[in-house]
Amino acid sequence: MRLTIDHRTTYRFTAPQGRVVQLLRMTPRDTHDQTVAEWNIAVDCDARLRQHRDGFGNLTTMLYAEGPLDAIEITVVGEVVTSSSSGVLHGTFEPLPAPLFLRTTPPTHAEAALTAFARETTADRTPIAALHALNAALHERFAVVDGRPEPGLTATAAFVRDAVTTRDMAQMFIAAARAIGVPARYVTGYCDALPNGRPTPHGWADAWVDGLGWIGFDPTLGLSPEEHHVRVAVALDAAGCSPVAGSRLGEGRECLDVEVQVSGQA
Amino acid sequence: MLSRTAASLYWLGRYIERADFIARLVEATLRLDVLSTRSAGEDAWRTALSVGETSEAFAASGSPLTREDVVHFLLASSAHPGSILRCLALARDNARAVRTALSREAWQAINGAWLIFDQRMGRLDPTATLAVVDAVKAETRGFEGAVHRMLRNQTTSFIRLGQAVERTDNTARLLDVKYHILLPEGERVGGTVDRDQWTTILQTVSAVTAFRWLYNDGLNPTNVIDLLLSRVELPRSIAASIEETVTALTALARASGTQGEADRMARTRQARVARTRTGDVIAAGLHQHLQALIAENAHLHDAIGRQFKFH
Amino acid sequence: MGTAPFDEIMGAGDADGARPELRELCGWLTDTPDGELRRRQQSAETTFRQLGITFAVYGESEASERIIPFDIVPRVFLADEWARLSEGLVQRVEAINAFLVDIYGEQRILKEGVLPADLILGNAQFRPEIAGIRPPHDVWAHICGIDLVRTGPDDFFVLEDNARTPSGVSYMLENREAMVRLCPELFAKFRVAAVDSYPDRLLETMRSVAPRGCGGRPTCVVLTPGHYNSAYYEHSFLADSMGVELVEAADLVVDDDVVYMRTIEGRVRVDVIYRRVDDDFLDPLVFRPDSMLGVPGLIAAYAAGNVAIINAPGNGIADDKAIYSYMPEIVKFYSGSEARLPNVETYRCREPEALRYVLDHLDELVVKLVDGSGGYGMLVGPTASKAEVERFRAALIAQPERYIAQPTLALSTVPTLVEQGVAPRHVDFRPFVLSGAKGVQVVPGGLTRVALREGSLVVNSSQGGGTKDSFVLMAEQGTMTQSMSGIGGGMTQTLRGGML
Repeated sequence: MRLTIDHRTTYRFTAPQGRVVQLLRMTPRDTHDQTVAEWNIAVDCDARLRQHRDGFGNLTTMLYAEGPLDAIEITVVGEVVTSSSSGVLHGTFEPLPAPLFLRTTPPTHAEAALTAFARETTADRTPIAALHALNAALHERFAVVDGRPEPGLTATAAFVRDAVTTRDMAQMFIAAARAIGVPARYVTGYCDALPNGRPTPHGWADAWVDGLGWIGFDPTLGLSPEEHHVRVAVALDAAGCSPVAGSRLGEGRECLDVEVQVSGQA
Repeated sequence: MLSRTAASLYWLGRYIERADFIARLVEATLRLDVLSTRSAGEDAWRTALSVGETSEAFAASGSPLTREDVVHFLLASSAHPGSILRCLALARDNARAVRTALSREAWQAINGAWLIFDQRMGRLDPTATLAVVDAVKAETRGFEGAVHRMLRNQTTSFIRLGQAVERTDNTARLLDVKYHILLPEGERVGGTVDRDQWTTILQTVSAVTAFRWLYNDGLNPTNVIDLLLSRVELPRSIAASIEETVTALTALARASGTQGEADRMARTRQARVARTRTGDVIAAGLHQHLQALIAENAHLHDAIGRQFKFH
Repeated sequence: MGTAPFDEIMGAGDADGARPELRELCGWLTDTPDGELRRRQQSAETTFRQLGITFAVYGESEASERIIPFDIVPRVFLADEWARLSEGLVQRVEAINAFLVDIYGEQRILKEGVLPADLILGNAQFRPEIAGIRPPHDVWAHICGIDLVRTGPDDFFVLEDNARTPSGVSYMLENREAMVRLCPELFAKFRVAAVDSYPDRLLETMRSVAPRGCGGRPTCVVLTPGHYNSAYYEHSFLADSMGVELVEAADLVVDDDVVYMRTIEGRVRVDVIYRRVDDDFLDPLVFRPDSMLGVPGLIAAYAAGNVAIINAPGNGIADDKAIYSYMPEIVKFYSGSEARLPNVETYRCREPEALRYVLDHLDELVVKLVDGSGGYGMLVGPTASKAEVERFRAALIAQPERYIAQPTLALSTVPTLVEQGVAPRHVDFRPFVLSGAKGVQVVPGGLTRVALREGSLVVNSSQGGGTKDSFVLMAEQGTMTQSMSGIGGGMTQTLRGGML
């Protein structure tokens, strides 16, 4: 499948900024099941861009822009060819051992209710069946809304709600998987099975099964990602692999505007 | 040099100078009030407050206008941002932030001045007040000496620049205060009270002896104004402070090989002050002249901040 | 405790008096009246206060900056004792370095099963964000402070490794300066190795690890959290004595993966940063997305090889409490030989055999939580009540993996001037070890901390501890021992001559 992606991120500042430094996690890598045919990051002001690779193996870009800046717009346009793999990852670059992803972080720490839910849902199942059951159970239990995620909302706090965002779905899955001793991590990327014009890229999860390796789970869809997903970055939680980590030197507030268009052709 | 370091050195110079000035003001006022045979009482303290434009702040503190209260307010009030205590605390803060740029001796003087106030200070009688004032003056003199013994580099230039800019402001305010004081009922210009007030001003800038050397026709307002306004021989005069500002900026320009807005502004001002005749100033209005000077000095302060990227 | 602890000057504590090598020092102590010692001590403390060698006491006003009490009686290491100690320190620090190279790279030590993987991977001090980055010249732990305790002439035990931002070196230097000024006669009697070259050696170490291709003279800086930090005096002291800028995060900018400092004449490139701030506050883009403190882009510049950060980010995994008990295995794994400097014997209760021993000897041992700190969750067997011992027994059986146990040690003492006169007080010791591109060196001295309360083992300055000067005596004929070796190589050598 050929997926075309157009992802625009605009920051507007209420006062001009002296400089802006951003860490972008916006570049997908080639794997056995995804080939990046074309990829371009464009910035609407004079800026220097430097390519890096972080500790998780993600491709990152450092963006340095000198002010005065009233706004900065980052446009990512690309084309990725995907193939189906029933969720099992092949040929991803994995610099860190899977058990690292047993570590919890504040947003992905499961407290009693979520842990109990994870245990009940997965009891007496094989590891792979347990994870599919968890994915399905989360999908059934929550309505997914399309707004921007609430900053700082933890998996535990999201678990008591009825409607959550895709980020919360993925973080609940990760927290639950770790609670039953399965390494799990957050994945950001794109998916053409979701409504267009969404205010964030997509987020889902990977979980580790001995013998099989990393397997994708998308609790928003209740499925494992197949050819409709493009993987961009992984980390312990959503904040760790957010597309933009930014810093600016200047007064005032910032206003963020994001728009994502993904279209797929078989 | 780091921009932040330069800013801290400059502010260090300003705060040390301000602390020293307030100490001198308190000392001179105390003499006028207590040590003089004709005590000026409340008027003297009201005057002292108006020099630093702190009358309103003092009124807001709710304290009665007594010697003890004003002394405490100017010396050791932790609530009043212009007290010696607060100035020294800020000077020390800035000094700590640039500890590496200062000689041990210079740091010890600042720290020593600050330690005078280390214990909570209560109301002071005149003797105790003079002891504190002397101790502060001794440490600021020590600081001045230490700065003179430090390498003549950018560090000392920024401190001296801060001191010169502050001193210009202080002396202008001191002189301007005569504008605020009304002579008590029945007193005449040139009378004893008037003379005491002018003497106090001279004492504040350590210029009683200098005055006698430079003027042989006795204590009269025109001469005192002339001395403080335009005699570069007197280190605390406005003319000398303005000259010192230019000297410090020139030294900085020489080290960096570049000049800017602050250099131009300071030189223009120096040239104008050199041409100014005291008689003309008095005729045209001393108060207006001093107010313009104070405003111009504030502009120069801003220009210095821009030129050396303090922010 | 049955027998008296080893006194480093008086020896085993019998009535015969001092250790033979230190009789002269003992004589000095007897001949100098207490009043005179006290006068000198006060003079030193006055100087420290004037210099502003203070530490801030949290929660109190600015006026309550305190100095750490200084004791006038020095602690002395004999030349051969020091030589043996140095070899052990070099070996340990080389192992720490090799461990960090490995753990953020290949992870051989995990693959070979020497350490349990979860001990590292689940530990918050292991920072995945910087995995794969290779610091210039592969040096990670440039400045280590190894905390030691002593129980006999040659019996040293490592209490704790400090591989992040160990502090205290300014006390080593200022205490020496005070001693030279106040007790010059001691330096006439004893050949004491000089410590005042420390700033030069540190600068040399920093320059040696400058990124390749920064050309000629690298620009080095010291990065401080600011002058409200309790160790600010030391930060400024070090910058001052090395003649480098003392910068705060706001003074640094990163552009195009290069670090600059903001000066009155514009930006100046920075090549080596001795940081005295925690990892969490280095780069908000990488470590703490919720924090605005730090230098945005610093880790990118570091990853690009454009700046050296001293000590390297991520070092916390090497000196973590949970790792400590494995240090003998770590040293053996990387150096190929047994650790010369032992740990305090530690029973890991996660191991069944150790647990059995601990449960049988609870009344003799100190039991600690692996992730506890500040004495919280600790059982001191010899002084604990029966009920307390039983409570810990139950806790140990329920969750043995959370606990370690150690024997109670008879810490050495050094004569110390206290209110009643000169009396023995317990001490510990922090020597400083520098690692650069050219090798590892031990500074001949260190920070001796002393518990001023009688019988107390708590040397922390926040709890009434003081400091002493630490003399390292030189061998005959002006030889000075210095251990030098390449990182990874186990060879140590002695350099002749006084020049270090």
